[in-house]
Parts: sequence; structure tokens; C-alpha cells
Amino acid sequence: MSNLEDLYREIILDHYRSPRNRGELASPPAIRVEGFNPLCGDELVVYLDIEDGVLSDIKITGHGCSISQSSSSLMTTAVKSKSLDQVRDVIATFKQLMTVHEATLEHEGEPATVDLRAIGELAALQGVVKFPVRIKCATLAWNTLAQGLDQAQ
Amino acid sequence: MATGGVVTSYNARAVRADTPLLNRVVNARTITYLDSASSSLPPRAVIEAMSRYYELRHANVHRGVFTTAVEATEAYESAREAVGRFINAPVPMEEVVFTKNATEAFNLLAKSWGAKNLGAGDVVLVSEMEHHANIVPWFQLRDATGVEVRFIPVTDDFRLDLTNIDELMRGVKLLSITAMSNVLGTVNPVKDLAVLAHRHGALIAVDAAQSIGHSATDVVDLDVDFLIFSAHKMLGPTGIGVLWTRQSILTDMPPFLGGGGMIADVRTDGYLPAIGPARFEAGTPPIAESVGLGAAVRYLEGLGMAGIAAHERELTTDALSRLAATFNGRVRIIGPRDTTERGGVISLDVEGVHPHDVAQVLDQFGVCVRPGHHCAKPLMRRFGLAATARASFGPYSLAEDTDVLIESLAHALKMFG
Repeated sequence: MSNLEDLYREIILDHYRSPRNRGELASPPAIRVEGFNPLCGDELVVYLDIEDGVLSDIKITGHGCSISQSSSSLMTTAVKSKSLDQVRDVIATFKQLMTVHEATLEHEGEPATVDLRAIGELAALQGVVKFPVRIKCATLAWNTLAQGLDQAQ
Repeated sequence: MATGGVVTSYNARAVRADTPLLNRVVNARTITYLDSASSSLPPRAVIEAMSRYYELRHANVHRGVFTTAVEATEAYESAREAVGRFINAPVPMEEVVFTKNATEAFNLLAKSWGAKNLGAGDVVLVSEMEHHANIVPWFQLRDATGVEVRFIPVTDDFRLDLTNIDELMRGVKLLSITAMSNVLGTVNPVKDLAVLAHRHGALIAVDAAQSIGHSATDVVDLDVDFLIFSAHKMLGPTGIGVLWTRQSILTDMPPFLGGGGMIADVRTDGYLPAIGPARFEAGTPPIAESVGLGAAVRYLEGLGMAGIAAHERELTTDALSRLAATFNGRVRIIGPRDTTERGGVISLDVEGVHPHDVAQVLDQFGVCVRPGHHCAKPLMRRFGLAATARASFGPYSLAEDTDVLIESLAHALKMFG
């Protein structure tokens, strides 16, 4: 069955204790977008600086559980300085990682569709799918980022 | 703490043995259920009463002539009588209305009695410690009629701030207040508030959802006008709640939901509503659930509400003092520290650990606590919190539940510290 260690991996606790890219960017010019999880009260604000089709800077403020906070922090390190196309690819890959496959839940193992080696530290969050109620914690920052990208267009 | 034989005769271990779900093993640990404030666990007597009903007597209620239909009707109406007896209602059959839950009962109150009796210039007085069920229906009524919704503030020591209550009562037609906070555990002085409301010419409605299964409730002694609660917080099933009101008030209340069962007559040009509680019970009611509620009432009466109250007070006193002693301020209690006028609901703010993470770590120990805002967002804002982790006791709780709570909280602190 699911162990707590699957969920709270050392990388996750590290990003929770010392979140990267925390703070605000002057807006404007930065895009400012808010994300809420009304069920648990998590709130965050994502700031995006976009220059020449590149996400040149990203900062996040807000509060939430260790999963939402570490996922936010890991996300910023994964997307910062990437082209918007690359950012969209990372978002899509992460969303796939967070998709509950019934077969996966029943038989253990990882979703076969995501190449874990390709996503680096983000792979630390794969344990979240074994705790389905926590998936929304992990995806909050990502959905908010996607919203910000849509606004940029 | 124990006075006389009340506590010594109360046997929580026997209640535990009666409660099948407490044998459940989760994550290789026997469950430690500390979420009775959300929903209590039914004893075998309740589960079996509902099963027997479905196996032997199920039919739709009212109008049926065949034997089981008559028996089903009797079962449903006898649950009304049992509930009335439990709260000392003067005329149970004319005063006890079955709803879907406490929330629906509040909606019935606001949309029937409220819509008829409240309008612009009138005030509904609630408090900052109310559950959303006792806030949102009044806001909805405000949007429809212009009635003002006013809040009694909560003090820094988690009590109603009644300093300016006479001023707050100006223009109030209804004081709608919880008997016990589902976040803080604070027990409010309902009897005194009823005197106050009546002195100001207002009626008083009481949200008894948190108190009904944990201490005795007597509507005559309290002298309240409306009492609302749900069965699943008093060892009964989900799907049934109660609105009690005086017969004189109920007779004057317009119907709520329309449909079968709530009418006296229907023609092509209109309808006449039924008389009595049936007026508010449109459609096939929760019959099996009423049987379960009746069984829960009898089970609680067998245990004795005074014994339950004393037992839970003892557990709460012990838990508050041990939590304080063990964690030395790293686990803050969001609620009164003294156990007078306080129930067995303990909201925790764990240093450096978000309530969702607290609950997740505790689950690994088989401990069931609830993280979140507990449907009391105005109260959470009042104390600058997004959420708490809440542990709550029931009639089957034991001091050893607190042992596991403390063990698992220590682990959460270590893990995130």
C-alpha cells in the first residue's frame, strides 16, 4: 500500500522548507494570476515575466500544504528561462504524471506514459497520485501557470 | 471531575464494542476515530434496525393499506415520537419535521418562516462562530428580501462577545445561534440567550448539530423556538435531519418544497398544503433513515446523556492538558482551554505543518482527524487561519485515542520540523 515516504520525499520536504523563486515581480509588466483551492483554503499568486517568447522570470507567493508549496517551487525551477512552447510541454507532462490511472492504483508501479528521467526533480511528485485527494494540491500552481500563459496570448 | 456514580457507570469501552467501524484496520493500525464532529459512527443497533427494516417491513409510508406499508408508516411516525421525546418536545407528532440534514433544516427555516416573517428593516442575528449552514441561507434571504444579517463577534478567548448584546439585538427578529461551535468546541449559553431574545421580542433558533449527541437537550427547559440537528452526528445514519419548532409557530409556516405528501388537496387551479410536519416533508421521506435515527435515540437514551457528557468532558480535559504538556506550545489549541462550557472538539494549529499534512501523517497511524476550514470561514478569518486540523470525541472515545493522537502529532512535527 501507499507509504508516507512515497508522498513526502526528501526533495519535496526540501522545497517546502526552502521554496525557490518565492516572492513577487512588479506587475505590470509581469503577468499576475491568482489560484485558489476553495476546499482546503490554499491560495497562491504566480508572477510571470515573458520576453521574446521566453519565460524569463517566475515568482510565487501564497500559502498551502507541503505538496502545493513544493510543487509550486519545483515548477518554478522546471519552467524558468524556458521558451513558452517548452513550458507548455512541461505542464502537459506534469498533468499526465498527475493523472490517476486505475490500473496504476491497483497494481502499483508508475504510469508508463511519462518518461521520468526526462522530468528531473519533478519525478519526486509522482507519489502524489497514490493519494488521490492530494492531486489537487500538486496541480494548483500548474493550473494557475497555464492560466497565466493563456492571458499572455 | 466525576460527580458521583455517573462517570463510573458509563462504559465507553462497551460503546466501542458496539461500534463495528472501530474494528477497522487502516495502514496496519486499528482505526483511531477522532472525527465525530463531522460524522459519528453508528452502533450495531442502528445498522441492524435499518437492515431489519429493509428485510421485513419496507414499503412507502402513508396511504398504504397492506400490512408492511402500515408497519413502515408506524416505524416512520414512531421515529418522530422518539426524537420528540429525546428533546422533550411538548407535542412531538405536531412539532418534529424530518429533513435531509441540518443544512436543509436551516434552509427550510429561512425560506419558509424567514421569508414570511422577515423583510427590510428586520435583522437576523447570528455569530462569527456559525457553520455556513447557519449563515448562507440568511444571506440568500437577505438577497431576496433585504433583511439584515448581523454577527455577534467572538472574543480572543473563543467565546461569544456579549458586551454590546443589547445594542446588537436592536431590530432583531431572530437570533440564530449554535449551541456548540464545530471548530472551537465552545458551548454557548443558549438558555440565557433565549431569555435575552424573548426580552427583545425576537425568536431564537439553535443549531444543535454539535451538541445533540453529546449532552442532554430539553427544548422546554431551554425555552428555544427552533432546534435543528442531524442524525449522523448522534450515532444515526446520514440522510435525515430534524427541525423542531413549537406547534404554534409551525402551524403558521408556509410550505417549503412542493410535491407529494405535503398537500391536503390539489386541483387544476392550485393546491392546499397539509397540516402539521407533513407540510414540510414533500416526496418519499427517508424512511429507513428515520428507523436508524429512532434506534440511535434509544441507544443514546440507554447510555444516558449525562454519562456521555461527563465522559467526554473528562476526555477533553485530559487531552487539552496532555497536548499542552507534550508539545510546549508547538501545537496551539484554537478554542477555550478551560473545559467548563466546552465540548470535545479540539482544533489544532501545528507549528510548521499545514493541517492537510497533519491529517495525512496522522492517517498513517490510523488516526482520523479533519483538516480544513470546517465550513466556518468567517471564524477562520477572525483568527487569521486558513485551516485547522480538528480532533473530536464521541461516546466511544477513550483516553488511549489521545495517546495515538499525541504519538502521531509528534511524528508530524519531527517529519516537517
